[in-house]
Amino acid sequence: MTTVEKEVNNGVNVDALLGARDALSKAPEAAKFNWRASCKWVNGTHSQTSVKGFFGLGQQQSHKTEFTFDADHPEIFASEDRGATPVELVLTGLASCLTAGVASVAQLRKIQLRSVTATIEGGMDIQGILGIDSDVRNGFDGIKVKFNIDADATQEELEALVAQSQKRSAVFDIVANPTNVSVTVN
Amino acid sequence: MRATVVVIGAGHAGLAMSRCLTERSIDHVVLERGEVANSWKTERWDSLRLLTPSWQSRLPGYGYAGADPHGYRAMPETVAFLERYAEVISAPVQIHTAVTSVRRTEGGYAVVTHRGEWRSRVVVLASGACNIASVPAVADAVPPAVTTLTPMQYRNPGQLAQGGVLVVGASATGVQIAEEIQRSGRPVTLAVGEHIRMPRRYRGRDIQWWMDAAGILDQRYDEIDDLARARAVPSLQLAGYPDYRSLDLNSLTALGVKLIGRLAGARDGKAQFSGSLRNQVALSDLKMNRLLDTLDAWAAANGVADEVEPPQRFEPTRVEAAPPLWLDLNRGEIRTIVWATGYRPDYSWLDVPVLDRKGRIRHDGGVVDSPGMYLMGVQFMRRRKSALIDGAGDDARDLSAHIACFLGGQELDLPMASAQVA
Repeated sequence: MTTVEKEVNNGVNVDALLGARDALSKAPEAAKFNWRASCKWVNGTHSQTSVKGFFGLGQQQSHKTEFTFDADHPEIFASEDRGATPVELVLTGLASCLTAGVASVAQLRKIQLRSVTATIEGGMDIQGILGIDSDVRNGFDGIKVKFNIDADATQEELEALVAQSQKRSAVFDIVANPTNVSVTVN
Repeated sequence: MRATVVVIGAGHAGLAMSRCLTERSIDHVVLERGEVANSWKTERWDSLRLLTPSWQSRLPGYGYAGADPHGYRAMPETVAFLERYAEVISAPVQIHTAVTSVRRTEGGYAVVTHRGEWRSRVVVLASGACNIASVPAVADAVPPAVTTLTPMQYRNPGQLAQGGVLVVGASATGVQIAEEIQRSGRPVTLAVGEHIRMPRRYRGRDIQWWMDAAGILDQRYDEIDDLARARAVPSLQLAGYPDYRSLDLNSLTALGVKLIGRLAGARDGKAQFSGSLRNQVALSDLKMNRLLDTLDAWAAANGVADEVEPPQRFEPTRVEAAPPLWLDLNRGEIRTIVWATGYRPDYSWLDVPVLDRKGRIRHDGGVVDSPGMYLMGVQFMRRRKSALIDGAGDDARDLSAHIACFLGGQELDLPMASAQVA
């Protein structure tokens, strides 16, 4: 099969994204988004977080439906295991953000994807969260992401794709760089 | 050379132990790498004053008898105080005798110095808890254009280049150094992690008076819930200023010091700071207020409330809503970094397997996990006051009694954490 004009479809509407970039660079106020979630304690370490509304493009917006996420801890933590652990949800956020980025950048660069799989792991010494050793941090001591990508592209092009995806990833930035966090009690 | 007991270190802890051994007629020698009070003499910055008032230096057989019991002694006075103590108690100190190795022998220990070897049945480690300034691994990523120094290398602001200074750490050392550097005209950024805010005076009395009178400093190590935590608590944000003023993050902010989060890392010449500053100061304010509540309740219950001024509460620590998370170390804004990130003891000469995996001595209230070996002068060793000059006496009395029984082949019923478990 020979094609002169490569037809690439990764299911990403690049024209819309580029259009948004163009429009928002002229109206930067509309680019200010505010993402929200609300978390309700259920029982023990089990909680349920829902997301629906957010703010962007100058007004309140809404997902089509409300999404809920159960979080809990496994039974070896003496919990009931009614959901993923919060740290697994962080890994989920990073992996899905990078994967979305890979698809978008591939579309832009006219690389047809056939399959993309990211496996992600975060190491953690739980002496930190248990307060056993104050020299051990609470969070991950490192995160590793491995991509397996089947696509019409060279290894170098795939590496560039994954690198660009990290460069433009919100969650990669959130995880890799500090953020001011303010927690208050009403 | 032989002595029944070898005490390593002629600071306040080693001298207090020497006095207690003399009282029990236990023959001993005190080996000192430099001179009496060596660390106080050679390893402290110029302006440092004791963080405890002068009356609170009650050593066995000695105490402060000067004109200003409520003031805070500068280093030369502190050195003179301990030199005089060594004379008064006729401590058998061998100065300029650095210990290079301690190892077990059949009958006790061999203590090798560069002026010969001592054999003893008992060794007391009183070499201090603050021999080495701890520097975080991130120091390796600091660009070479920035000068870095530890509090042991720091003497006064005049040593530093003109320009900005990043002080890392906001416990006693960090806040005191930040204060005087800022006053010297070099703008200071202070990286703040966990810290303990403490007013110098409360209801008209020194905070150390309160903690002493209310029994907080006497709390014993076998009575405390989380001993590992208590031993790792950062030093109190205190300074020994002659005008008794408090030194806290608000007073530093008022001088123009910029507060920033805990130093988390450095990459591409940029220092990264944690976004946890608001929580760190909130925790510290809550902790201080709980202590003040405890002191108020103690005063009310012990008929002291009318002798002191009415209860007071201090302004919450002010921090900006979104402090910076980055500092570009290549821009020339920061010329110097001071690592006020804690100290640790040096046991490099100790060839007896008594260190845990983190390099700390395994001991139960100063009775080291090796027969005939004892420890002195480290944080919360037997009591909350163990690392203070004022804490050396009670610990030395307890441990010298233990030593006497050990030498006599007897068990001593000293309050011990392990005894409680058994």
